[in-house]
Amino acid sequence: MTARNAFEVEMIDGGAFDPDAPLQFPRRDFLKLFGSGLLIGLAPAPVLAQEAGRRFGEHELPKDIGAWLHIGADNRVTVFTGKVEVGQNIRTSLAQQVAEELRVPFNSITMVMGDTARTPWDMGTFGSRTTPTMGPELRTMAVAARETLVQMAADQWHTSPAALHAADAKVTDSAASRSATYGELTAGKEILKVVSGDPALTAATQWKVAGAPVPKADIRNFVTGRHTFPSDVARPGLLHGAIVRPAGFHATLQSLDASAVQKIPGVQIVHDGDFVGVVAPDYVTAHSAADAVKANWNVPQQPSNAELFAILKKGGNHESDNEPPDRGPEHRTGNIDQALAQAAIKLDQEYTVQYIQHAPLEPRAAVAEWDGLNPTGPRLTVWTGTQRPFAVRDQLAEAFNLKPEQVRVIQPDMGSGYGGKHTGEAAVEAARLAKAAGKPVKLLWTRRDEFTWAYFRPAGVIGIRAGITRGGKLTAWEHHNYNSGGAALGTPYDVPNQLVQYHPADSPLRQGSYRSLAAAANNFARESHIDALAHAAKMDPLEFRLRNLSNPRMRAVLQAAAEKFHWVPQVSSLRPGNGGISGDSENSENDGVPQVSSLRPGTNGSGENNWVPPVSSLRPGTNGSGGNDGVSQVSSLRPGTGYGIACGTDKGGYVATCAEISIDPATKKMHVVRVTQAWESGAVINPEGLRNQQAGAIVQGLGGALFEQILFADGKILNPLFSQYRVPRFKDAPQIEVVLVDRKDLPSAGAGEIGLIGIAPAVANAYAAATGTRLHQLPLAPNQS
Amino acid sequence: MSHYVLNVNGAQLGVDAPGEEPLLFVLRNHLNLTGTKYGCGEGQCGACTVLLDGRPTRSCLVPVSTAAGAKIETIEGLERNDRSGKLTPVQQAFMDEDALQCGYCTSGMIMNATALLRRTPHPTDEQILTAMNGNICRCGTYPRIVAAIRRAAQSGEAA
Repeated sequence: MTARNAFEVEMIDGGAFDPDAPLQFPRRDFLKLFGSGLLIGLAPAPVLAQEAGRRFGEHELPKDIGAWLHIGADNRVTVFTGKVEVGQNIRTSLAQQVAEELRVPFNSITMVMGDTARTPWDMGTFGSRTTPTMGPELRTMAVAARETLVQMAADQWHTSPAALHAADAKVTDSAASRSATYGELTAGKEILKVVSGDPALTAATQWKVAGAPVPKADIRNFVTGRHTFPSDVARPGLLHGAIVRPAGFHATLQSLDASAVQKIPGVQIVHDGDFVGVVAPDYVTAHSAADAVKANWNVPQQPSNAELFAILKKGGNHESDNEPPDRGPEHRTGNIDQALAQAAIKLDQEYTVQYIQHAPLEPRAAVAEWDGLNPTGPRLTVWTGTQRPFAVRDQLAEAFNLKPEQVRVIQPDMGSGYGGKHTGEAAVEAARLAKAAGKPVKLLWTRRDEFTWAYFRPAGVIGIRAGITRGGKLTAWEHHNYNSGGAALGTPYDVPNQLVQYHPADSPLRQGSYRSLAAAANNFARESHIDALAHAAKMDPLEFRLRNLSNPRMRAVLQAAAEKFHWVPQVSSLRPGNGGISGDSENSENDGVPQVSSLRPGTNGSGENNWVPPVSSLRPGTNGSGGNDGVSQVSSLRPGTGYGIACGTDKGGYVATCAEISIDPATKKMHVVRVTQAWESGAVINPEGLRNQQAGAIVQGLGGALFEQILFADGKILNPLFSQYRVPRFKDAPQIEVVLVDRKDLPSAGAGEIGLIGIAPAVANAYAAATGTRLHQLPLAPNQS
Repeated sequence: MSHYVLNVNGAQLGVDAPGEEPLLFVLRNHLNLTGTKYGCGEGQCGACTVLLDGRPTRSCLVPVSTAAGAKIETIEGLERNDRSGKLTPVQQAFMDEDALQCGYCTSGMIMNATALLRRTPHPTDEQILTAMNGNICRCGTYPRIVAAIRRAAQSGEAA
């Protein structure tokens, strides 16, 4: 249990991360804030002697502290963690866990989060790491605090700790009918204790506060508009900034004429190299001034969607024909070539995914304020929305040649990020403008800025070759991911012969983390391929999956989702005598223009994809006990309706998704009617929050599945507005049912990301079931309004 | 720069602003009413929704010069100011249904839903979807928001 374990390092564009940067211990703040009480710090390294009974300021404290917990005379509990709340609801779920172990009411806890001057160093909030790492750390501290309080009461009452009981923020001696609140025990004292180790945590089966549904912490402030988001921060004398954006990516400034702007009262131009910004007393003046600046940019020629996939497959837009270095396979077992040669049924297919944008509803925003009068050197404070406040602090320190201690980054709970707010561009820009203006400056990125200058979810090409036996057992699996990433690259299916490889590329567009990373893309390709194989083997797709899966957790969610959805076995209507399914499909033409691949069912030429459409998809309640004997079966279903199923795993979570879609006979529009998703990530901490996350992940995932794609050419984004970039709206949301599989015997895993990896393949598979046409590209319906 | 008197949440408030400045930024930056949010600046996301003479309006597209003279209601005006701190049925229903994740779209959702229920106290699901379809929630909480609007409609209290 350490705060600096080997985290999965995500793709991060810019912003150095230094795990050994010294922690600023906020001693002064603690003295000022608390004066007295019990303060517990967690040292991840198990080497520190316990220190108790000293004054807060009197001794050297370890530099490496994961979190702090304070209990005051008023029974208030304050927890300090560098994690941030972005809508994933950890402010609530972490407090639940502290309340559980400390035995205090949930409402007595205040979480101080993501403030580099007040919370311990933290690498960032991403990768679904909060629940599996910060959760147990906070629980460890809370147990230590509880044990300390019990010991204090035992000392005071001259009895044994074993005779005492902690509950409801009190220590009670039942035999002697006496009790003392935590506040009474700590009042007037200054007790500091640094703990480490691996104490006995309360088993999930015994949880009372954790494991129960709790609404979002501070929810009232959100429904009244009172919550201060990063873009809401105001400071005395605040000015407003706007940036003169380059005409394209990789542009250089040729000339600048700001004469028209310099006459506007109160407007200041800030020009330094290729950076051109404007500061003004109000938002509209700042932006009209930025628009009035005449800047000439030299924009180099750059690729577009048309060449994208060819570029990614060769590793980047290299002038030479040199292949990028081959990293070698991530995973290789058996003999893939031999297995493919011997397979009864083979399938070879390429899948593509486009760049998409996170498009958090709150764009990047920052308020920067300089204090040049500090005797120890200038101080910079920036309020900004970021998933990595400490990394943004370091980015600011580097940009302005300051020590990290001279910079404070504060991250108010923000209008989300979905992996898109790891970097601190808006913070640096606001600080540049504020430095030049000599006053605090707010910079709020426009939606166009956000669509253009933030980084993108990587595009990618995924090629899969697979082989099965006539009985439907997987024997060969070869999976190549070009550029989009290595998350959930490995197959969860039992396959003796495998070759799995990720091929990084120089991406034409700036790319970075996105909720679930490449797991959505890899899972879309894999689960589409599995589905096509099931149909080729004349097996129900659920049955086919179960036949090739031994992992009990994956099987459990598949069965749970199918049962709740009322899945009915679907059997392909393969023509009798058609046993010659080979494998090699035609290569899809990845010319970047999203297109519907329409391989006609029943075609059987060599080089054709031989997947065969399922025709049986019964309504729930109708008799679907059709058996899987391979006999053709045609159901009586409404035309244009299809069921699809998919499953997947990553980061300790298991998901299975069933989707029903309908196709409008007139408009040919696809609508996702209902979705059932089963989810398992160990012991459930907050079922309410988890259901909310799962349903939200389905809706968000639907955007990338159906519509979302960044269109670009020559260094410009061609659809940088919500009127041009289609995101899911109310009418797109299906009827959603979430089934939580609560494994109280397993540690809790993060649940913010992987809930969206099942929806795209489930919908694609349902589309194939409904139409007989399998789509191999995300988005599936790019032209659907 | 001109002087405008705005009728916001029942109060007459004076501001000096360029006439073309969108009402959104006047509310947020001049009047410190930051509950109304910027999301897109093109009327596509609904985060900036306020009520103008009772009609749900995208405040990012309304110049302050146009808004002067209208009755403006923002999220801050919904909470009762009579010390009871009582929330409106729509606000209460959003809490009861936990109908938000990051909460950035919530003000606009509540204002739009409030206008809907004042106009149509018992909307069908289709009416709810049609009325709300212009508001974006990137966290994807749409089904909970629909449930919250249904709950508010059934509360028996006027929105």
